Amino acid sequence: MNIYVLMKRTFDTEEKIVLSGGKINEDGAEFIINPYDEYAIEEAIQVRDAHGGEVTVISVGNEEAEKQLRTALAMGADKAVLINTEDDIENSDQYTTAKVIAEYLKEKEVDLILGGNVAIDGGTGQVGPRVAELLNIPYVTTITKLDIDGTKVTVTRDVEGDSEIIETSLPLLVTAQQGLNEPRYPSLPGIMKAKKKPLEELELDDLDLEEDDVEAKTKTIEIFLPPKKEAGKVLSGELTDQVKELVYLLHTEAKVV
Amino acid sequence: MSRKVLVLGEVREGSLRNVSFEAISAAKTVAEGGEVVGVLIGDAVSALGSELIKYGADRVVIVEDEKLKQYTSDGYSQALLAVIDQEKPEGIIIGHTALGKDLSPRIAGKLSSGLISDATAVEVAGGNVVFTRPIYSGKAFEKKIVTDGIIFATVRPNNIAPLEKDESRNGEVASLSVDIKDLRTIIKEVVRKAAEGVDLSEAKVIVSGGRGVKSADGFKPLKELADVLGGAVGASRGACDAEYCDYSMQIGQTGKVVTPDLYIACGISGAIQHLAGMSNSKVIVAINKDPEANIFKVADYGIVGDLFEVVPMLTEEFKKLKVHS
Ligand SMILES: Cc1cc2nc3c(=O)[nH]c(=O)nc-3n(C[C@H](O)[C@H](O)[C@H](O)COP(=O)(O)OP(=O)(O)OC[C@H]3O[C@@H](n4cnc5c(N)ncnc54)[C@H](O)[C@@H]3O)c2cc1C
Repeated sequence: MNIYVLMKRTFDTEEKIVLSGGKINEDGAEFIINPYDEYAIEEAIQVRDAHGGEVTVISVGNEEAEKQLRTALAMGADKAVLINTEDDIENSDQYTTAKVIAEYLKEKEVDLILGGNVAIDGGTGQVGPRVAELLNIPYVTTITKLDIDGTKVTVTRDVEGDSEIIETSLPLLVTAQQGLNEPRYPSLPGIMKAKKKPLEELELDDLDLEEDDVEAKTKTIEIFLPPKKEAGKVLSGELTDQVKELVYLLHTEAKVV
Repeated sequence: MSRKVLVLGEVREGSLRNVSFEAISAAKTVAEGGEVVGVLIGDAVSALGSELIKYGADRVVIVEDEKLKQYTSDGYSQALLAVIDQEKPEGIIIGHTALGKDLSPRIAGKLSSGLISDATAVEVAGGNVVFTRPIYSGKAFEKKIVTDGIIFATVRPNNIAPLEKDESRNGEVASLSVDIKDLRTIIKEVVRKAAEGVDLSEAKVIVSGGRGVKSADGFKPLKELADVLGGAVGASRGACDAEYCDYSMQIGQTGKVVTPDLYIACGISGAIQHLAGMSNSKVIVAINKDPEANIFKVADYGIVGDLFEVVPMLTEEFKKLKVHS
């Protein structure tokens, strides 16, 4: 089975966001594999181990993403592809990313594509379904279970807390929701092996794309931080009085109840 | 510049979701005086058309088919694309719900258009339609515009105020017949797990529990408090990981991002990943026995104490308030 995983390098969830010159300051920030993409990588490895085949992890970004691709290889993926758009694309959005990925995949024999259901930085969740649409294959988002039997696929989809049991077939794109699996940590031998696994680097040219073909349709005109929350009032006195005071404050001062 | 804007209404258990009315309100802003056309897709939804009009739509297009009884991306995208083809809108607004998140990127892919997901505000400024949306799960915000093609956005529930319902409004409710075929995903079964009642993303009040609730049973007093306030129960990842509750209740950077009027955090330490999901709530109350807990740094009001003591007392006190008001 030919399995592809779409992976994004993102800020560590521990990071605070700092702006400089109106942009997100990345200096000194730690980066990780987008947590939802980790579920996708883990699932891909499990599917390969059960059904055979090969797992290729794809990332669109700059050369810094090599580190996260190596981590995916260390977890057990077979190959990695970095589509480096840094020099070619100044302004990109989900339209851009999806088009680049679809252009790469359309030449391949694809059975299964997995991605995270959302990236915790941009937070749009668009790229997976857009890629499926461009490749004209079905997709199911926010899945918590995946069973494959030949070309028949049964997935469980999380829908705002309820679960849908869905039948579909390969080729298919799915996006991972928390609960799908427990992603493994790369083992030491895994890390050693990863150094020798193939990591291919491509640019737009290699995909026969021009910058104009993938020009963003949207643009960010401003980034700002939410107003800083001031620490509020910690109540004191007898507990019963504190509770009474709190209800009073919520009712009369904050007016939320 | 006036525009024709489509709004997809979302029906759940026979009624329209609030976010649909909020989407109409957003569409009015985008339309800049142009026409707002509601769209309803399903198998028996036409009775709800007039409701969209009362909330501000000018007219409504209905696509009904047995195969549209349940949402599938294939069925709904065929229906919505047919409406888009007929109406040729210059804007589309959909709620950023499970359905909207699943459907909108597909439609944008088909139209080769941009898509601004999860907007929390929309305004017209400097000749542009400007959307505000959270990034880094609410640790920052961006303002975004469409630079090419249709203005397409999804709006986060609970952020854009709906217009007041106007019973006197009338408009045309027309149906469009679409041949729905080749559904590639089939829903075999729906397992209802979500807590009955109020949806987390739409709740005005959320009572949330962390590892401090100590067990699944520990959520009971929180549920009672939420019930009195007409709210929903959420959780930290700590509580989900400890299997006190389902992951669908998780709030935070890798869970739901919520912005209720009132968020009551019980036995939650206030890790940065949790704060990302709730710190833009209007009013935050923290109940924690550790006075040094980080959650107090973002709380408007705090009580240092044992949640098992404080929460039931709060429930009683709110009950009294409800009786008096
Ligand atoms: C990649 C990644 C993503 C993450 N995403 C999320 C996310 O989306 N959401 C999220 O919440 N976390 C997330 N986390 C986890 C986060 O870092 C914290 O571990 C988690 O939020 C802690 O949960 P907690 O506050 O319930 O537990 P703890 O940190 O253990 O806090 C429990 C609190 O309860 C208090 N307490 C105990 N008993 C009582 C009592 N009887 N009465 C009152 N107070 C009491 C304690 O004083 C303590 O402050 C993520 C972590 C990572 C690495």
